[in-house]
Amino acid sequence: MEPIIAIPSAKSLKRQEKEEKNNKMLFGFWVYIMTDCVLFASLFATYAVLHNNVYNGPGGAQIFKLPYVLGETLLLLTSSFSCGLATISLQNRSKRKVISYFILTFILGLGFIVMELNEFHNLVLAHESWRRSGFLSAYFTLVGTHGLHVIVGLIWMAVMITRVSISGLTNNIVRRLKMLAIFWHFLDVIWIFIFTIVYLLGALHL
Amino acid sequence: MISYFANFWIGKLSIHQVPTNPITVGGIIIMVGLPLLIAAFLTYKKKWRWLYREWLTTMDAKKIGIMYIIVAFLMLLRGGSDAALIRVQQATSVGSSHGIISSSTFQQVFSAHGTIMIFFVAMGFMFGIINLILPVMLGSRDVAFPFMNSVSFWLFFGGMILVNLSLIIGQFSNAGWLAYPPLSELRYNPGVGIDYWIWSLQIAGIGSLMSGINFIVTILKHRCQGMTLMRMPMFAWSVLGSMSLVVFAFPILTVTLALLALDRTIGTHFFTAGGGGNMMMYVNLIWAWGHPEVYILVLPAFGIFSEVVSTFSQKRLFGYTSMVLAIWAIVLLSFTVWLHHFFTMGAGSNVNAFFGIMTMIIAVPTGVKLFNWIFTMYQGRIRLKNPMYWFLGFVVIFTIGGMAGVLMAIPPVDFQLHNSLFLVAHFHMMIVGGVLFGFFSGLLYWLPKILGFRLNERLGRYAFWCWIVGFLMAFVPLYILGMMGATRRLDHYQTSTGWHPLFVVAGIGVIIIAAGVAFQILQIIYSLITRHKLKDTTGDPWNGRTLEWSIPSPMPFYNFAILPTVNSRDPWWAKKYPKEEPGLQITNKEQPIYQDIVLPKNSSMGMLIAGFAFLFGFGAVWHIIWLVIAGLIGVIVSIIIRSTKEDTDYIIPAKEVERLDKQYRLEQGVQS
Repeated sequence: MEPIIAIPSAKSLKRQEKEEKNNKMLFGFWVYIMTDCVLFASLFATYAVLHNNVYNGPGGAQIFKLPYVLGETLLLLTSSFSCGLATISLQNRSKRKVISYFILTFILGLGFIVMELNEFHNLVLAHESWRRSGFLSAYFTLVGTHGLHVIVGLIWMAVMITRVSISGLTNNIVRRLKMLAIFWHFLDVIWIFIFTIVYLLGALHL
Repeated sequence: MISYFANFWIGKLSIHQVPTNPITVGGIIIMVGLPLLIAAFLTYKKKWRWLYREWLTTMDAKKIGIMYIIVAFLMLLRGGSDAALIRVQQATSVGSSHGIISSSTFQQVFSAHGTIMIFFVAMGFMFGIINLILPVMLGSRDVAFPFMNSVSFWLFFGGMILVNLSLIIGQFSNAGWLAYPPLSELRYNPGVGIDYWIWSLQIAGIGSLMSGINFIVTILKHRCQGMTLMRMPMFAWSVLGSMSLVVFAFPILTVTLALLALDRTIGTHFFTAGGGGNMMMYVNLIWAWGHPEVYILVLPAFGIFSEVVSTFSQKRLFGYTSMVLAIWAIVLLSFTVWLHHFFTMGAGSNVNAFFGIMTMIIAVPTGVKLFNWIFTMYQGRIRLKNPMYWFLGFVVIFTIGGMAGVLMAIPPVDFQLHNSLFLVAHFHMMIVGGVLFGFFSGLLYWLPKILGFRLNERLGRYAFWCWIVGFLMAFVPLYILGMMGATRRLDHYQTSTGWHPLFVVAGIGVIIIAAGVAFQILQIIYSLITRHKLKDTTGDPWNGRTLEWSIPSPMPFYNFAILPTVNSRDPWWAKKYPKEEPGLQITNKEQPIYQDIVLPKNSSMGMLIAGFAFLFGFGAVWHIIWLVIAGLIGVIVSIIIRSTKEDTDYIIPAKEVERLDKQYRLEQGVQS
């Protein structure tokens, strides 16, 4: 009797397995992103509850410098754009372009983090640290958690840039770069919420 | 900050942190002595290498599952000892007598009891059973991410060590299993107890979150050919529901614990009494995780009962679709009831009414499931084996406990019963009667598949009867006591309250439960000795219905030599009884076609990552800054090293698969 399923050739089997593995991993990564969304949602909720608890300290309107924050925002949004360009180069399997766009992304992201740390530093120097009030605790924790994510993204990016330059665009590396891109865009989305809810509404004294 | 640098090397550690009271010292001797004995035995037998190669570094979900179950069982003994202490204290500490332990020890005992039972017993058994059986049920060789699975287990293990370490050095939390502020804030709790609680749960919790992601992807991406979602075994559905809850609820726990930790270490004001903190926010956040957590635990137990009832009634599960809908109704509704844990907060009558009504509504899908199981039994050919006993016990206890729960969902009633022993009795009936009985039932049902022999039925029945009689004796008095006004976590009361006789009855109940546990241990040991008599030679000892029974017991490490294709809900049953279910056979090839099998290589990285996470946690508890930094760097570097590894899999060639498969079938005498 003829076998019901034809035996696939070793090569096509391997390609199919690779594709399945890639799909599985990307899907798993999306689920992880969802958990991170819930994490940030909890922090936003915390901020919403505590944002009026200034406890005789400064409120958002007193400490937020919108032009400065706009600068941060532009850096991060531009980094997201260059990350997108890197993804396009990834589709074209252009190793040189992938590396250079990710380096650009890295520099822009680093600029964002330096600006944010400088902002925090100035607040702490002005005795407006997280110890001052419930509002400042929530502010530092929400924005700081985002910053921590960006730092993780930067470390990841540095590792991946090194790996691409050493081993080129192998299957595993391409998959990880795709995940990194998802992660980076996700941080961008979170920042837009932070910019709107924390900074804009805060500066408007709402 | 200055004090941190003064104690750079050892933080807050000092020799005075070692406890001296006799009961704690006794506990320490057992807890340190037992691992030492095992270590000595392993050294004597020269088994270390075997342990390392076969178990500690394994990526095999089945073995990881067994490790989960062993840890969970040991923790059941630890948490059970705490429970016994609570009962003895409450039975003896009346009037002029003050019982056997001081009130400060008593506080740690009940906090440890709750924490350990939920996080390290119930969660441990749950992940253990899922790992053991879920991939096989889906007709798959492994979970989606075997390495992440190993990391999850070791993080769970690290959290477990941290909880138990608190007994040896320092102290454990004295603020109950959920550590409400302001009691858990630094100002009122300067010791390390709360920090132990925070970091052990944080480490274990991140492991659980990773398991949640892993099992969701496993179920959605790792089913065998022909297994559509609506053909999945009910256990797989219940795990999918439960893991969806994990993914949505555990990040809230992560945040809540982190915020409390920030309050305690760097002086933020999230939940403090002053400084603009809001302590009721903690209670909201922790229950927004905590209530779904209850369903995270009970849904897999429901899934197990669905499999057990249908197998032992030798009948198809009644109302499959309604079961699936009930699971998802529970998943959705479980996020809308959390406020019923604190009706007395003063949120206003409209808010309380909403949450009260939602709580009553969530009882409906649960009721649907209960009736479906009973209808499955109706007109079935029921065989009363051990797993079925636990199911029947569950029906009785869960119904009583559930009714008490619906009663308490009425806010005015809750105002009377809030924080009373009535509540304690209610949730023990749900968690023990629902969750633990479910896991016992599942273990008795599936262990033959893992071990290759069934467990002794008679000893199992003795264990069951001791458990159920003891359990009712221990908890029915608590309902009455709660009505009489006895609050939970009491370490002393007056004779005039008239509570003493009932506390003594509850204490006797615990002794009977202890006898049940002893019978369970005896059952395992006795079955191990007489394993040849109870050997499962067919691979299908219970006349099962799902795919796991179609392969030899114990399962080969690759699960299926040839991945199955199914076209019905109970594919193995359909294959065995083609007349009963015409046209629903497994489309088995006449000649088996063996193919290469790809499996993950062993790795010690999971252990290493969790080890560093443990060091990080220990450093954070004791404020040892260098250890915190070292642990953190260790975790990051290990992850980077692992991520650069390319050859993580190995291949068993088709020829070898064929040889192994034939050998297995010959040894087991399985008819193919």
